[in-house]
Amino acid sequence: MAERRTLNVNGRSRTITVDDPDMPLLLALRENLGLNGPLFGCGLAQCGACTVHVDGKPVRSCVLPLSKVAPAQKVVTIEGLSQGSRLHPVQRAFVEEQAVQCGYCINGMIMQSAAFLAGNKNPSEADIRKALAGNICRCGTHTRIVRAVKRAAGQA
Amino acid sequence: MTRHFNPSRRDLLTGGGALIVSFSLAGEAAAQQAAQRPLSIAEVDAYLAIDVRGRVTLYSGKVDLGTGVRTALAQIAAEELDVPFNMVRVVEGDTALTPDQGTTWGSLSIQAGGMQIRNAAATARAELIERAARRLRVQADTLTVSGGVIRAGDRRVSYGELVGGRMFSLKLDPAKPAKFKDPKDYKIVGKPIARVDIPDKVRGRFPYINNLRLRGMLHGRVIRPPSVGARLESVDEGSIKDVAGIVQVVREGNFLGVVAQTEWGAIKGARQLKASWSKWEGLPEQAKLFEHVRATKVFRDETTGNVGNTAEAMAKDGVRKLAATYEFPIHTHGSTGPSCAVAEFRDGKLTSWSASQATHSLRRQLAEMFKMPVDDVRCIYLEGSGCYGRNGHEDAAADAAMLAKAVGRPVRVQWSRADEHGWDPKGPPTLIDLRAAIDGSGTVTAWESEFFIPQQTDKSFFVPLIPATLAGLPAKPDIAPGNIFHNSNIPYRFANVKAVCHRLESTPFRPSWIRTPGRMQNTYANECFLDELAAAANADPIEFRLKYLDPADKRGIEALNRVAALAKWEKRPSPQRGAGGNVAKGRGVSYVKYELARTYVAVVAEVEVDRAAGAIKVSKVYMAHDCGQIVNPDGLRNQLDGNVIQMVSRTLIEELKFDRSHVTSLDWESYPVIRFPDVPEIVIDLIDRPNAPPWGAGEPAAAVVPSAISNAVFDAIGVRLRSVPYTPEKVKAAMRSGA
Repeated sequence: MAERRTLNVNGRSRTITVDDPDMPLLLALRENLGLNGPLFGCGLAQCGACTVHVDGKPVRSCVLPLSKVAPAQKVVTIEGLSQGSRLHPVQRAFVEEQAVQCGYCINGMIMQSAAFLAGNKNPSEADIRKALAGNICRCGTHTRIVRAVKRAAGQA
Repeated sequence: MTRHFNPSRRDLLTGGGALIVSFSLAGEAAAQQAAQRPLSIAEVDAYLAIDVRGRVTLYSGKVDLGTGVRTALAQIAAEELDVPFNMVRVVEGDTALTPDQGTTWGSLSIQAGGMQIRNAAATARAELIERAARRLRVQADTLTVSGGVIRAGDRRVSYGELVGGRMFSLKLDPAKPAKFKDPKDYKIVGKPIARVDIPDKVRGRFPYINNLRLRGMLHGRVIRPPSVGARLESVDEGSIKDVAGIVQVVREGNFLGVVAQTEWGAIKGARQLKASWSKWEGLPEQAKLFEHVRATKVFRDETTGNVGNTAEAMAKDGVRKLAATYEFPIHTHGSTGPSCAVAEFRDGKLTSWSASQATHSLRRQLAEMFKMPVDDVRCIYLEGSGCYGRNGHEDAAADAAMLAKAVGRPVRVQWSRADEHGWDPKGPPTLIDLRAAIDGSGTVTAWESEFFIPQQTDKSFFVPLIPATLAGLPAKPDIAPGNIFHNSNIPYRFANVKAVCHRLESTPFRPSWIRTPGRMQNTYANECFLDELAAAANADPIEFRLKYLDPADKRGIEALNRVAALAKWEKRPSPQRGAGGNVAKGRGVSYVKYELARTYVAVVAEVEVDRAAGAIKVSKVYMAHDCGQIVNPDGLRNQLDGNVIQMVSRTLIEELKFDRSHVTSLDWESYPVIRFPDVPEIVIDLIDRPNAPPWGAGEPAAAVVPSAISNAVFDAIGVRLRSVPYTPEKVKAAMRSGA
């Protein structure tokens, strides 16, 4: 049976109608709210392409059922990371380092890094590599991604 | 960076947000545009259009698979036309709008596609100057051009005024190309111009195929057989009657799919649908894969190298003979995003959107599958997750078309991770036997190689579409692994050489090309075995290579010398002496002249081997790379990083697992790939040759990575690894046997 659910996404309260509260948050964001930044990669929380922030923490939205997201919890997607046309420092650093190939993993790389840097102002390269160890990039953009995160550190 | 005034897909897609296309409008506009466009590769108008404001649209049959060629091709066009870079936009891979420049493969987008574009642009520019000369009544050679404006003193006429919105109606003659700009005058080509796609990608608003939604579109999922050759016996549609939004279960032969109003409905439907399938156990036993390969019937032998008489040279008294066998396993493409496609049948015509690297071929395959005239099928490229060869995109396109036809509405099919890992076509297993003879002076007198690789049954390079095969629709059962014979022969001048490819009748999984197909596996074996010979001759591995390269091939020699300098290579034979301790360090070199005809790459890998754990860490990779004229050095470096990192992963970790029925590597746990902590540092020396033709760079660097790693491990611990992947178990076993 269709039911209404309320989510707080990118600072706004949004009400959506879904058939099943067990539907993953990722599909609510993409299909109900038209937020295409988070992408479907595995549906198994193994790759990170779907990463969003929930109350500031990086979360794999492909396995998080809507029923586990309370209306007051703050969901932020990559679309909500930038302030209008002003990019978040991590996004800016990814442009400056040209740290993208196909870019399918980049949502996850940016969201994971932004959450990581919020609590680590001066990470070492090894810290960054460890922080991103759960995110898969198949094109082999890793070295540029690490450089971008390093560049953004202290500004994020 | 400079923003393009309007990225190509924005014509069809509204950027960001829900990306809903009002397709009746966009489709009609595009159809009108299509009706007027010449598509012959011999017409300037097939590649270029200039509007009244002087804005250039570049129509490219080659597509950007995440490599940055969209930017590079725009650089080539802007440079040769003399217009600002940001005045060029690119339309890619649309069978109704772009010329058929061939599949985006083989490191040919710049080398072949880019040169067709350069020729079209140069021809167009010459014509514009002629027209300007007539209009301004001056001699053409007195005119100057910049920024899309032609000037004679203070009089001027713009490209937009000369041709805006109209056709050039000019033929191209590939045999007599137009006069190209002198590279010393380049302002755009050769510069590290920022990629046009990156700003939207970091904002999460890039129009990937996965984000395309048409009005009235439904969502589909496919249910593949539980074993490769199983037959569908029965389907219990009642098993999903409680799933909200199910529109239809589609069954045709062994093809099974579910269409629903919502994506979640389709996912649940596909998970829950009860179907029974016949048993099938036709795959070889994984543990005996290479025995199976060796026992497979040979369709044909192809000799790719034949100098002197190796049999006689091997039989000579006093020569030292060496032999080794190398194995490279089955690999999956493993794109980060599973394949996705959208299809719509309308008025008997099919429109297919996908991330296919080969929209023009896909169009012919879909027409064959649905028994339609080719003209009634239009395939449109939208970028997807990175594509390193023929992966699942074309199959997903055919799945979407199957479902769209059945329900009479547009359908989007998104493969699951298991669909992708389980059913994308595989890089076939490769088995290579090598033998050589060395005389008393340490000179190689004979080299023999045998490659056991699947045949290529058809010149069309059509990899059979899964739903056509499952549904029993028209499709040829072709085997198409790509041109995997390349680099079976060697660039070294030994007195006697014989290289033979045994083209096998079959291979366990539907094969296709994955980054550097054949060239990488063959170079892997050749460059490792060459290292074995260098060690047997007690020679430095770089000096040994230089000794046998053609002295006239100066670019190859320079690549090796430059990587030696870059890596501060210490001249000595391998293995190193007296390396004690649990962690041993070593260095290894490898070299390729791609397809023995183009791009030169030399690499040095540095490794650390943990003897107790059997673990290999590739700590640093140095590379000298010569692909001729460099169009975008930053884009090139990005590609080279990708080649190295992906190949470290494929060499150390990756191997498709399967049982007698099906693939069992169905996710990232069972098919692990490299993670950030294991990525090496990469140091690259780009050898730029502005006056040489630009060659490919998407693949060649991958060819040398596995052999450089194997050679470095030998240097570290004196043990030769000959079977990829180099898992700790294999390393420990090799150390025990002292190979």
